[in-house]
Amino acid sequence: MTIGSVPTKFRISVDHDQCMLCGRCIENCPYGVFRMENDKIHVNSRQCVACHRCIAMCPRDAIDIEERPVDYRSHPLWTPEVREAIYNQARSGKIILSGMGNAKPYPVIFDSLVLDACQVTNPSIDPLREPMELRTYIGKKPARLDFKRTNGDIELLTNLVPNLQLETPIMIGHMSYGAISLNAQLSLARAVSEVGTFMGTGEGGLHERLYPYQNHMIVQVASGRFGVDINYLERGAAIEIKIGQGAKPGIGGHLPGEKVCADVSCTRMIPLGSDAISPAPHHDIYSIEDLKQLVRGLKEATEWKKPVFVKIAAVHNSAAIAAGIARSGADAVVVDGFRGGTGAAPRVFRDHVGIPVEAAIASVDAKLRSQGIRNEVSLIASGGIRESADVAKIIALGADAVYIGTSALVAMGCRVCGTCYRGLCPWGIATQRPDLVARLDPDVASKNVANLINAWTLELAELMGAAGINSIESLRGNRDRLRGYLLDESIMKVLDIKTVGA
Amino acid sequence: MCGIIGVIDRGRQRMDGSKIKNALSLMDERGSGEGAGYVAYGVFPDFADLYAVHVFFDNIHETKSVVDRELNKWGTIEHQEEVPTYEQQNIRKVHTPWRYFFRPDPSLMPRSITPDDDIVAYLVMRINTSIPGALVFSSGKNIGVFKASGWPEEVADFYRIQDYKGYMWLGHNRYPTNTPGWWGGAHPFNLLNWSVVHNGEITSYGTNRRYIESYGYKCTMFTDTEVVAYLFDHLVRRHGLTPELAVRAMAPPFWDEIDRMPDKEELLNRAIRLAYGPALMNGPFAIVVATHDTMVGFTDRIKLRPLVTGERGDKLYISSEEAAIRVMEPDVENITMPRAGEPVIGRVRT
Repeated sequence: MTIGSVPTKFRISVDHDQCMLCGRCIENCPYGVFRMENDKIHVNSRQCVACHRCIAMCPRDAIDIEERPVDYRSHPLWTPEVREAIYNQARSGKIILSGMGNAKPYPVIFDSLVLDACQVTNPSIDPLREPMELRTYIGKKPARLDFKRTNGDIELLTNLVPNLQLETPIMIGHMSYGAISLNAQLSLARAVSEVGTFMGTGEGGLHERLYPYQNHMIVQVASGRFGVDINYLERGAAIEIKIGQGAKPGIGGHLPGEKVCADVSCTRMIPLGSDAISPAPHHDIYSIEDLKQLVRGLKEATEWKKPVFVKIAAVHNSAAIAAGIARSGADAVVVDGFRGGTGAAPRVFRDHVGIPVEAAIASVDAKLRSQGIRNEVSLIASGGIRESADVAKIIALGADAVYIGTSALVAMGCRVCGTCYRGLCPWGIATQRPDLVARLDPDVASKNVANLINAWTLELAELMGAAGINSIESLRGNRDRLRGYLLDESIMKVLDIKTVGA
Repeated sequence: MCGIIGVIDRGRQRMDGSKIKNALSLMDERGSGEGAGYVAYGVFPDFADLYAVHVFFDNIHETKSVVDRELNKWGTIEHQEEVPTYEQQNIRKVHTPWRYFFRPDPSLMPRSITPDDDIVAYLVMRINTSIPGALVFSSGKNIGVFKASGWPEEVADFYRIQDYKGYMWLGHNRYPTNTPGWWGGAHPFNLLNWSVVHNGEITSYGTNRRYIESYGYKCTMFTDTEVVAYLFDHLVRRHGLTPELAVRAMAPPFWDEIDRMPDKEELLNRAIRLAYGPALMNGPFAIVVATHDTMVGFTDRIKLRPLVTGERGDKLYISSEEAAIRVMEPDVENITMPRAGEPVIGRVRT
């Protein structure tokens, strides 16, 4: 009792004049905040994670949530988070777990970048009246083309290798079955199939109910090799080797045994109820030439019909690493920034390791260009893409396409409460509890996700048109169309952009 | 806005510069009197196999010896002279135009398959980026660029282009928005045998510049037009594309059209867009590009700038305006307006 209890994070209040005692809040809260006693709703605020499920379901708007109703004496260095982490570790002696992305108030580079538009000297293009091309091909491109000319007839001698054809440069990143529910994966899969893009399976295998959407799925091979067999590889539209993840660079993954139900166990090919632990490095990759062998091995196994991506976390030396990957025969490099979300990560990694995706993409793109190989390999950005403007900005900084994760979950109801690791997601997303999973209706959720991608695509088309650009390849790496707003000189040099007004 | 015009005589009959001066002057509504220029092919028959390296010197005494030294490192200056100019009321001679007739030593670039061109291209990039006060603005064989700040007729008279005879001429009347008054900013832009005149603004410049710079080119003119010359050099000279295919890379058909093409054509067009996507040029433009045996005119993919062509005998004309062509050739035939992205190509007979 030396430490005692800390202040509640949230305080729930119920407006009893409004409350009609329908009990929906009790039904909906898996954390046990609400109970009915003597015809009155009582609350235990300490259990609340601010998932907003109760608020969303209350028919009378009778519930209110206040954040940090009793706080610590304010101090700029000894923040409440710092103090509570110490209490927590003083009690447990353990690594602190956390969910979602980086929660430190680092400046967001995206929010200090502004886009360009045409005025007078060149006309903007109206996407309602003129063609606007967002189609993107992900995969290896030839360095040059060779032709044979006979009597004015031109024959192409260069062979094109398979590429993924995206109708919009927005894909959904890897979130495994296990980390998220089957209904969540089904919703995402139906959405990407509808809008003509792709999603990742994560390292959780491919459930057979996803087979109908397999042509839009990128299957992942990570360090645990969960769910990987030839059937899995052959079903994917592409294969991704996961080396690292922006939310926890340098460490592996851990799916607690409680989440490994019968279905997850079958899909991952692991024993029921066993912890699924992905090691930090791949045990067959201890250097870049080992990666090259794995890339070739996967290509050979699938008869060179599938593009192979390699995903790395954005770290200090990403540019050189990406250049090495580009030479390994990989078709695309995925760079996952430190804002990238996760179901569970040690807080110290989530908040302190890695670099922002904006800087990482800018330096990777520049490095690949300096070696004259940028166009031969695709570059996918992920980690903290929140809106269409972020998509436009990261493409202008050099990415071919983006992966979104959290945004797609938010489109299905996720409130970014960051409690995914507890497996009790009241929205049926990051949970395997059947009653909770059943709350997510794939008919509705898939439509919501498709709507989001379609809406961003429309906005992206408008932004491009305003900039006088009618093809996505003319936005890619076009840093002249970005300006930095109160960014410092050194970061503008990395981003290779000018300041506003210049 | 800007006005452009080009003419090629496919039988290599040489024309003096007086007619193109009149044609370009007709389009003064498209300019602002702050920049104009011409390029003529076949103007130095006595030195036809030497690179005619034209340099604007800010100060002849200070920088010329540095350029001389640089050229002598890489080859031999066979002949050199100040480009003759004739005072005009409105042109302030801020630079001294100079021309060298230069023979590179191919043994100095042993690994290249086009060592002469590579040496000269390297020298152009080197002088323009590292020698302040010297700007190479023309570097092809048997080619001369004549440009300055002023109206087209003043610039023509400043150089007396009527004294030069070429089988191909391009002209440009400038309305500058970037770098007004700077001679280097006037068109045509030239690298080796490639010359470009351009009306418009390339909204994809940031992408195009970074792409071309990754192959050793350096954009030094602070304007979007020079990338066109470098892209042609890269695609045609280094990658062996025909001018038609190079235009296909820079102003490709839309995916919708490519999807509908017969298989073989679909594959070819898709391959070009995949391999050369960063060379795609966006934004409003009409461009005429020339090399020693070919003149190519084309516009952006939705034709946001005008381009008209006409013919008469061996001569092919490409211009912003039909009226300008008619000044040069009152009896012009086959006036046509090419479709967006469709190249118009004139070649000299071999």
